[in-house]
Amino acid sequence: MGSPVHACPPMNPTTALPMTRRGALAAALAAVAWRPAFAVAQVDAGQAEALHVLNRFAFGPAPGELERATRMGAGAWVAEQLQPERLALPAWLGAQLGALTTPGKSQRELVDGYHAAQREAREAKQAETASPDGAKAPDPAAGERRRQAATIAYESGEERLLQALNSPRQLQEVLVDFWFNHFNVFQGKGLDRVLVESYEREAIRPHVLGRFRTMLGATAKHPAMLFYLDNWLSVAPGFEPRRKFGAPGGGARKASGLNENYARELMELHTLGVDGGYTQQDVTELARILTGWTMQAQEPRGRRRLALETSASGRGDSIFVFDPARHDPGSKTWLGRRITPDGQIEGEFALDVLAQHPSTAKHIAFKLARRFVADDPPPALVDSLVRRFLDTDGDLRAVMQSLADSPEFRQARPTKFKTPYQYLVSAVRATGIVTTNVRPLMGQLAQLGQPLYGCQTPDGWHDTEADWLNPNAMTQRVNFATALASGKLPLQRVDDPDVPVNNALKAMERQTDRAMNGNQPVEGSTPPVDAGTLLATLGPAISDRTRAAVAGSPPALRAALVLGSPDFMRR
Amino acid sequence: MQRRHFLRSTAAAGLAWTAVGRHAFAATGNAPLPGSRRLVVVFLRGAVDGLSVVAPYTEGAYYQQRSSIALARPGQDGGLLNLDDHFGLNPNLAPLMPLWLSGKLAFVHASGSPDATRSHFDAQDYMESGTPGRKGTPDGWLNRLLGAEPLAPVPAGARASVTRGISVGATLPRIWAGPNPVANIANGPRATKPTQLDKPQVSKAFDALYAGDDAMSRAYRESQQSRAEVNEAMSPAAMDREQMVANNGAPLPNGFPDDAGRLAQLMRRDPNVQIAFLALGGWDTHVNQGGAKGQLANRLQPLGQGLAEFATRLGPVFDDTTVLVISEFGRTARQNGTGGTDHGHGNVMWALGGNIAGGKVYGRWPGVDPSALYEGRDLAITTDFRQVLAGVCMNNLRLPDNQLAAVFPGFDGAPLNIARA
Repeated sequence: MGSPVHACPPMNPTTALPMTRRGALAAALAAVAWRPAFAVAQVDAGQAEALHVLNRFAFGPAPGELERATRMGAGAWVAEQLQPERLALPAWLGAQLGALTTPGKSQRELVDGYHAAQREAREAKQAETASPDGAKAPDPAAGERRRQAATIAYESGEERLLQALNSPRQLQEVLVDFWFNHFNVFQGKGLDRVLVESYEREAIRPHVLGRFRTMLGATAKHPAMLFYLDNWLSVAPGFEPRRKFGAPGGGARKASGLNENYARELMELHTLGVDGGYTQQDVTELARILTGWTMQAQEPRGRRRLALETSASGRGDSIFVFDPARHDPGSKTWLGRRITPDGQIEGEFALDVLAQHPSTAKHIAFKLARRFVADDPPPALVDSLVRRFLDTDGDLRAVMQSLADSPEFRQARPTKFKTPYQYLVSAVRATGIVTTNVRPLMGQLAQLGQPLYGCQTPDGWHDTEADWLNPNAMTQRVNFATALASGKLPLQRVDDPDVPVNNALKAMERQTDRAMNGNQPVEGSTPPVDAGTLLATLGPAISDRTRAAVAGSPPALRAALVLGSPDFMRR
Repeated sequence: MQRRHFLRSTAAAGLAWTAVGRHAFAATGNAPLPGSRRLVVVFLRGAVDGLSVVAPYTEGAYYQQRSSIALARPGQDGGLLNLDDHFGLNPNLAPLMPLWLSGKLAFVHASGSPDATRSHFDAQDYMESGTPGRKGTPDGWLNRLLGAEPLAPVPAGARASVTRGISVGATLPRIWAGPNPVANIANGPRATKPTQLDKPQVSKAFDALYAGDDAMSRAYRESQQSRAEVNEAMSPAAMDREQMVANNGAPLPNGFPDDAGRLAQLMRRDPNVQIAFLALGGWDTHVNQGGAKGQLANRLQPLGQGLAEFATRLGPVFDDTTVLVISEFGRTARQNGTGGTDHGHGNVMWALGGNIAGGKVYGRWPGVDPSALYEGRDLAITTDFRQVLAGVCMNNLRLPDNQLAAVFPGFDGAPLNIARA
């Protein structure tokens, strides 16, 4: 049943990956061999529908997938995607993911490791200041903690991109991109450097086809969000900590009042929307309701031990706590309701109210319709998704099913301009290259203005053509297409070149630049992409006009022209 | 007017750029276009705390409400730099003091958007569209300004240069939305690095795919055209000479100073560049923002250095240039429970340039006494940000009255004159 790329036998990933690639290409070639390379695409309705769902509910077709989805029918393919738990990951992808060390770490380990790395960095700086002549004997263990933190940061990108590229659960990965962005946190902010992986794995991916309220609660309690939007520090006005609690030297001990950052964005961005009907007073009152929603930033010592909530993380190792001492015990008036003092229950109630609110349904429905249908989505579609959301108590699987069944979705043409993320992932997928090194992709995402986990502000990346289509983007994309097609990207580099401890992303950008635009052969680069195979993979995604231009170009440039064509910029 | 420009540049780009593209810069030479005035907008995204940029150090209420983040009075350790015996400048902006003293730096305090929103994203949107409270405005005010005469004197039959508007960064923000072409250059040294498209056989093949009149084809051609122009203006030899003059060969720190220095060199060497934009994030200081040292200080330091360096590197062009530093709103007058400040209202706008009547803090000052605060928490607004923008357009850029209404539709306030007579 699996597409040719996924049909490879399970193998040890470290030794067998080149084999995997060869296998994938051979299988892809076999699957399409009957198709003359430059024949004008025969567009039939079933194939066009299959392409449409692959463009919108997947990151575009990988070799063989268009044929398979056409055979199944678009409706059956969507139904399969809506049950991702029934789609097995190929063993080699499982092995790639299994080699990552970060998913095995608890929130406690991640946070403690980060603080240890911070200490180490401070000590290294002090030591440097103490002996400016550099005469100090190098300590072989020096930098180990910082290297670990850098590895964790990098592995979050690996875990995301390897699945986006190769997981058969494509809709799930498309939705991970959507929902992470909706509940955005920024990897560049302190502790979130090591927490983003855990956040996506625990608070986002399991819930993208579940209930909205569940995901909302999971994000509210994840330390990545508590830290990013500062709620972990927000305390009842006048709160005087009696004993040390919080990060060493951090702001927690000094906290003496409200911080309304999370409360505002929770309503403005996560639920009601900016015009969803709340006031500044509602922001302040919600911040009061959420005081005490914090985390144990360090291992508790002595008698002070608060009940950790096991349900907030899949493994029962959440460091979220509700601290009654920091909670504002007064009554609140919020969204026209009187909230009587009830500890953590107040916040749970607030999340219930927000998750069921018609403004939230409207906000989510609009964003989904914009992502999956059109930059300016038809109001009738948004209305029907709102009803579905409200009728099913925010069942996101039901909402996605409605969206897929809607005439507005089914009639949509490939008009959406791909984001940099969608463009890069779809390009590599189309080539069938089995990526083992995602650094060139992370570097390129940064160059295109969409660094992975690098959106600093809580609104996430925007999602329309106006946000991404600009002169520089076109040059960069065409440059990337040319480098990828001519095999200049080290996507299969096996060894692990030293991950620089600081500025890893900048280093990745520089490496990518050198690889793409230098004249030296690059270790771990891929073979040139065959244009005929590529055109067969993409089918009617590439127009007759573009096919004619490709056919009239020098053979070495043909695959580059396909991937850099106007047709491939849209989905 | 805008429509006409749009058609002209599109048609010219389609037909003529290969003929004139690489020589466009050479043809215009180094002489600035007659009457050419330039505008640079620096947007501080995330709402910079204006009360820590220009602080009213004579007011007790300032110190009472900011017990751990207020800046010390001038003369004290880490103290403010005295501006006018009432306001002081953040000490991390010390590189800007020479400009203040020579009358080329001004501030407009208690300024901002009349819209009450405390949403970063709505407030930025309004400040970029130039139409506070109106979300449907399709274009940004810098793009409308690009379409205005006589800012862009294009001789009859000539092509409007795509580098008239330059944005630094990988994407084009809302402020540039609209029909007039804008070029964007990457942050960092990549702005002038070669790409695969510099190989003639590659560009020839792609040119054929992007020959149409659609948005992608136009963007593709604008990029090719602006790259040719930028590369010519910033050839390594030219850059080396400028570096030597400007900085004794020492490279600028990464980030804003580096980008600003590069933009200055481009503007100095390419007279086509008339409007430029840069954005800088990281100002949303809800926690531990610090005072003379700390998080906000660490952001302000490179900003001050970069702006001063920008002015220096512009050389004589600075005399005809106005730099505006704006941010979507200010922050609460009172510090919050976590050593930071939350979203507020009034803020301070900065203006630098050879034709700024500087050395002065403009605007009616409402004070930070709790009784004077907007909604009991924020600095009130006494100057609409459009008064400042319109004043700069009118007096510094010499935009005629009849064009002003097109750039700021629906605005009927009095433009604030901060230009040197």
